[in-house]
Amino acid sequence: MGLNVFAEEIPYLLIITLLPIVAGALLLALPNRHKLIYNVALGVATVTLLLTVLVFLGFDINGDQYQFADEYTWLPQFGISLKFAVDGISTPLVLLTGIVMFTGVIISQRIDDRPREFFAFMFILASGVFGVFVSLDLFMLFFFYEIAVFPMYLLIAIWGWKETREYAAMKLTLYLFIGSVVALIGALAMYFTSGLNTFDMVDLAAANFSTEFQNLWFPFVFLGFAVLGGIWPFHNWSPDGHVAAPTAVSMFHAGVLMKLGAFAALRVGIMLLPEGAHTHMWWVILLALVNVVYGAFIAMRQNDFKYVIGFSSVSHMGLVVMGFATLNQNGFIGASVQMFSHGVMTALFFAVVGMVYDQAHTRQIPELGGVGKYMKIPTLAFIIGGLVSMGMPGFSGFVAEFPIFMGVWQAYPWIAIVAVISIVLTASYIIRIVSKVFFGETPAEIADHLHDVTRSEKLALGVLAFFLVGLGVFPGMMVPMFAEGVRQIAPLIGLGGF
Amino acid sequence: MFLTLLPEITLVVLAFVVLTTDLALDRQSRAFLPYLTAAGMLLAVIFTIVFALPGDKPQLIFGGMLRHDWLTFVFRLVFLFGALATVLFSAGWERVARRGEYYVLIITSTLGMMLMGASADLVMLFLAIETTSIPLYILAGFITEDDKSTESGFKYLLFGAMTTAIMLYGFSMLYGFSGSTNLYWIAGALMSGELPFISMMGTVILVMAGFAFKVSMVPFHFWAPDVYEGSPTPIAGFLSTASKAAGFAVIIRVLLTAFPLEAFGGVDWTMMMAIAAALTMSVGNLIALAQTNIKRLLAYSSVAHAGYILMGIAAASELGGLSVVFYIIVYLVTNLAAFGVVAVAERTLGSNDLEAYDGLSRRSPALALVLLISLLSLAGVPPMGGFIAKVLVFAAAVEANMVWLAVVGILNAIVGLYYYLIVLKRVYLFRSEEEDKPVPIPRPSAVALTVCLIAILVFGTIIAPWFDYSGIAAGALF
Repeated sequence: MGLNVFAEEIPYLLIITLLPIVAGALLLALPNRHKLIYNVALGVATVTLLLTVLVFLGFDINGDQYQFADEYTWLPQFGISLKFAVDGISTPLVLLTGIVMFTGVIISQRIDDRPREFFAFMFILASGVFGVFVSLDLFMLFFFYEIAVFPMYLLIAIWGWKETREYAAMKLTLYLFIGSVVALIGALAMYFTSGLNTFDMVDLAAANFSTEFQNLWFPFVFLGFAVLGGIWPFHNWSPDGHVAAPTAVSMFHAGVLMKLGAFAALRVGIMLLPEGAHTHMWWVILLALVNVVYGAFIAMRQNDFKYVIGFSSVSHMGLVVMGFATLNQNGFIGASVQMFSHGVMTALFFAVVGMVYDQAHTRQIPELGGVGKYMKIPTLAFIIGGLVSMGMPGFSGFVAEFPIFMGVWQAYPWIAIVAVISIVLTASYIIRIVSKVFFGETPAEIADHLHDVTRSEKLALGVLAFFLVGLGVFPGMMVPMFAEGVRQIAPLIGLGGF
Repeated sequence: MFLTLLPEITLVVLAFVVLTTDLALDRQSRAFLPYLTAAGMLLAVIFTIVFALPGDKPQLIFGGMLRHDWLTFVFRLVFLFGALATVLFSAGWERVARRGEYYVLIITSTLGMMLMGASADLVMLFLAIETTSIPLYILAGFITEDDKSTESGFKYLLFGAMTTAIMLYGFSMLYGFSGSTNLYWIAGALMSGELPFISMMGTVILVMAGFAFKVSMVPFHFWAPDVYEGSPTPIAGFLSTASKAAGFAVIIRVLLTAFPLEAFGGVDWTMMMAIAAALTMSVGNLIALAQTNIKRLLAYSSVAHAGYILMGIAAASELGGLSVVFYIIVYLVTNLAAFGVVAVAERTLGSNDLEAYDGLSRRSPALALVLLISLLSLAGVPPMGGFIAKVLVFAAAVEANMVWLAVVGILNAIVGLYYYLIVLKRVYLFRSEEEDKPVPIPRPSAVALTVCLIAILVFGTIIAPWFDYSGIAAGALF
């Protein structure tokens, strides 16, 4: 695509990364008046979304591997610099974050307890996420990663679901913190072992770590990040966290944050320690298989609407890790598309769940029914999300899952056979929700509360659904970019071909 | 030579000025005393920067009693800043705000610390430690009508006297072994290789007892929670920051100069310090989990932080030294902010129980924010300074091939995060019946808190200059 309207000197990525956190700090200085805060937050989110769209459109897939590169020295004595750039894999993820941030702000319009703090923490979180996606410096990646993890605690603990929020928030924070510091030690070991006195990941990737070193540290670094990707058996924080979080935070959390884990596991684990990846991937794919199948089974068994979606995230994120674990290009491309597709899809799911819960005041599937009569657009959106989730052709899920299963088939055929069971299971829990929640009779207890959603909420759902259908009908809008990104890192990791 | 001591001389003069002004003023106008003290200290800061800047080469002054180098310089500023913030917090803390002798004691103690940071001779070192400690004993017990405060002062005195005696015994042995009291001479004597390993290691342990007490290193930490709890809150902050920093200044100088690693064959004090570090942070953090009083919680947390700092010392490398200095600087502003919040909140809440902090964010959003940022910095979350400081000490441990120590550090960081979050949960999440009663912040405290807050964020985001200064300061040791 490569629009040529870009003035080279504008540091888009720096602005995208810092705008939310600066806006968040400024929000804290405003008076706590709801309308004012919401409008400012929406303005910031809109600007951020536009910037991410610009970066997405401006990325030239025939150009260099890393584009929009910017470098600012930060701590040269320690070889740390603010080095920002995007490649074919991270560009769509930056866009994803922009989308989720924008829709998340709209969905949060009704937050009335301390909205100032809510949006401020949410923006700090967003900055952290952007920072991880665009950092090419290992230290900065950690720096932003930790920034992204922490505000979750407050967001869930303060604005979350009263029943479980304290427990879930603490569990989530401790899990993620453990994961990240374990990975941090791995990163420090890389830094000192390489002897290059730099945290630049492009340089570190060329550092030729010894095989023993890679085999030793790969599990720590990979799993440390994959915890945030929800890998079994460290997935436990995630459904609890999803359910306890307020709607916008669930969207952020499942939509973007879990991708952060998978992405960092790819960037730091696989790309810097490729030999370690080749040694260890056979068991990683088994863990991912458990994620995929077991997650889907548990999702089937849930009575709480939101837990169904929470466990479906565990299952779908398993597909991402599985795609990476194939160590071939098909798997990588599928996993990358899945990160985007699942991010949008799950944000949409949680948005709809939030709308239903706000009105019906219950999420128990047996107590719900016939919601579709009152909320037509959310129902339609949920069904679109459901079709994506099942991997129906014509929707983004198919574009993502098909290459993953192809890749898995190339690498470990029998795992592919087991893994496809998840598609059937997914169909069963999605159809169950659609029929029980959105169709059928409306129980009298909730019928009085139900009404249609506001226009801005419809807009948010529309934006999300647009990308799901758009990517499904016209994969060309994004897949070539992912494919190019994967192709460029393939020699480094030693990926199998098509 | 006179100029290099100008900051200390300023403090001596200031002490006399405050003491005499105190006599001359009536009760009402004594409210002016903290500002006089603060102004004098600010003057000392300016003198330190303008007149007492060390040269490229470290110099020994006053017959080898003091060493004038970058380490001295950085720690002088650390102590002065700590004292300055403490004075400002005290100005808003009614029970001590108008007591002239209180400020004189703070000044004297700061003077002692500055000499501790510069001492290059055992005699000077001992005098400096005593000059620091004795005013602190009195300050801890300053609220004589409060039994807890008296108890805390007395406890501090007994512990202090005991460990000082042990340390002095170590000093005498050092003198016996080397025939000199100068640290740099002692190093030479130990390097001769004629001393048996056991006597060198024994001396290290004896000497460390005194220093370990100052920094509340396990197993010399027992005094900390009781003393912090009982002493006036601004003083608790002072004890946990400036006084601790003084202890570390001495530890790094004495260990690295008087006990060079080369003098020990193979087994040296680094392993001992590594074990002490692991124990100190684990004990501090684990006991902090069970605390229900915020001052005790911060006391155990400060024990744990001593452990993190000891990691850098155990590394015994340039990066280790640098990380220690950086950590101390960050820890100073962070913990001052935390204790500052406690001091401010105590006036309105009337209690230091964690329960009293329920709903604080609704009563004073600003105070809650300062507490949030300082506790997160203590927990090591970016973009606060504490994150960088922790990464640096971990890096020093990894570089020194002590990955196990870094792993212990990580586990501790997680435990730490847990109890800091418990406090924040109360502040942000819990409701209380007194939510509509705001918590006012006295102006001097607000100034000090703002400065600390900005410093925490600056140390965490614009790192390069502080990294350089820490490196130069630590470079004075190698």
